[in-house]
Amino acid sequence: MHKKYVEISGRMISFTCAALVIFLTVAIVYFISVKGFSTFIVNGVSLKEFFLGTEWWPDRPIEQGGPKVGAAPFILGSLIVSLLAVFVSTPLSIIVAVFMTEIAPGWGQRIIQPAIELLAGIPSVVYGYIGLSVLVPLIRNQIGGNGFSILAGFLVLSVMILPTIISVSTDSLRALPGQWKEAAFALGSTRWQTIRLVLIPAARSGLITGIVLGLSRAFGEALAVQMVIGNTRRIPTSILDPIITLTSAITMDMGYTITGSLWNNSLWSMAMILLLMSFFFILIIRFASKRGVVH
Amino acid sequence: MSRKVKWLLALCCVLALTIALAGCGAPQQTGQKEDSKATELSGSITAVASTAMQPLVEEAANKFMEKNPKVQVSIQGGGSGTGLTQVSQGAANIGNSDIFAEEKEGINATQLADTKVCVVGMATVVNPGVTVDNVTKQQLIDIFTGKITNWKQFGGPDQKIVLINRAKGSGTRATFKKFALDGKEEAVGMEIDSSGQVKKIVAETPGAISYLALSYIDKSIKALKLEGVEPAGENIVNGKYPVWAYQHMYTKGEPAGLAKEFLQYMLSDEVQNTLVPEMDYIPSTKMKVERDAQGKVTQL
Repeated sequence: MHKKYVEISGRMISFTCAALVIFLTVAIVYFISVKGFSTFIVNGVSLKEFFLGTEWWPDRPIEQGGPKVGAAPFILGSLIVSLLAVFVSTPLSIIVAVFMTEIAPGWGQRIIQPAIELLAGIPSVVYGYIGLSVLVPLIRNQIGGNGFSILAGFLVLSVMILPTIISVSTDSLRALPGQWKEAAFALGSTRWQTIRLVLIPAARSGLITGIVLGLSRAFGEALAVQMVIGNTRRIPTSILDPIITLTSAITMDMGYTITGSLWNNSLWSMAMILLLMSFFFILIIRFASKRGVVH
Repeated sequence: MSRKVKWLLALCCVLALTIALAGCGAPQQTGQKEDSKATELSGSITAVASTAMQPLVEEAANKFMEKNPKVQVSIQGGGSGTGLTQVSQGAANIGNSDIFAEEKEGINATQLADTKVCVVGMATVVNPGVTVDNVTKQQLIDIFTGKITNWKQFGGPDQKIVLINRAKGSGTRATFKKFALDGKEEAVGMEIDSSGQVKKIVAETPGAISYLALSYIDKSIKALKLEGVEPAGENIVNGKYPVWAYQHMYTKGEPAGLAKEFLQYMLSDEVQNTLVPEMDYIPSTKMKVERDAQGKVTQL
């Protein structure tokens, strides 16, 4: 009797926790979708205008031409900054991961592991502040422009996503069976050939997962990016131009809008884009991990 | 356990959760509770502050709580829009705003009661490296609409003008646009979401121009005269310098109970003559001109 009671209560607790998580996810997705779709349904903004429009006058009175909510500069800004960050960060991260697992598994890991954990623990506002105080003046004085630029944005981001990509890549390299490496050596491969032709291809799905996780972190980062990119609602023409991202546009405006207005709804639509992007990233990871050699 | 029972159990859990969460969402309305005894006040109120006003309201709230130890006044930041939304939804007792509720789309201004606590002046500020001291209104409009792009076009150094705006919904931006730019739409420029950051960026970026409430101005940046008029207390009081805004505290319906007491305290000599000028605001009781929601100014 007593045993049965314990069994049931254990079941209850785990059910409740699982249900809570599912409920929260569903509730958040539902809430964002309802709010996000109302730009198109309630306010009657066309999808084309929202995704391709470049003009952002969410509160312009009718007599001056009416409101315009073109989110193209934000979407483009988010994509540019996070893709560039991933391009910079990926080679660096994978090389560091290889170094830690294959080349210097002893002392290399003892030094690099804590360094990465430290990097991961620094709050984003600190990254942004360092970017604002060091990187922005440096770009202004050494390269040109006024410092607030795409360049500053993706450099800050690429440092921020390093820990994510490195740790996922390290885990996937470490999970490879030791025999594969031994077999490669036995066939006469050099260390470089083993790494390049056996280990990295074998760990591909894990590496892709790391990159996509880094990309999604970069895409969702708001504060640090907002502090250094200059928040200018315009399509950029050079890497030294200021830019604006979805996240920074949302944080900038949200305190000033009235619930239910077109302006507020279009911010929710932007949030919905972020959500859809993260679904998309999860899909990629699922797909990659299914096709990988090591699960 | 059979499959059916399992499902039933899961369903019950979800239901229980829904109910629990719904319970959390109910508004906490302790604020309007009025103590019957006139001698000692108790209870709690919430004020949602605009960034321009937050330091003043916080300081005043601390003093108010010192005097009435049983009272809890909590101040939340947010922005003018948040303040107005929350107070009209009844989620906060007082909503602070830089702009008239009538100017904000989507707010039913008729159900809100306005208390004008003080006035804050706003000045055009530039990087100290800019040698210009005075601008005319037309020049200012040309700069902010993007017609003039270099300081040398009116006697400054050969330096590109860097436009720095506040976020689009900011009260400071709305005031500056309305009274300094005659409502002309600003050219696309950098947008910064707090006054503190604007100050830092203007101080560090050569050729930068922006606008700030007088309470934020110090030696690291330079405030420009507008049409030869210094943006300072006296010129605002008698209406010579046009760029200023009331700091409003809105309540839903006429203020009552604790909210009323707190608003009265904000208007008392104690706050108006010491705290308000100390923090570089101008007491609304001192103003010699009055402005309505449409921007019409009348002499008092």
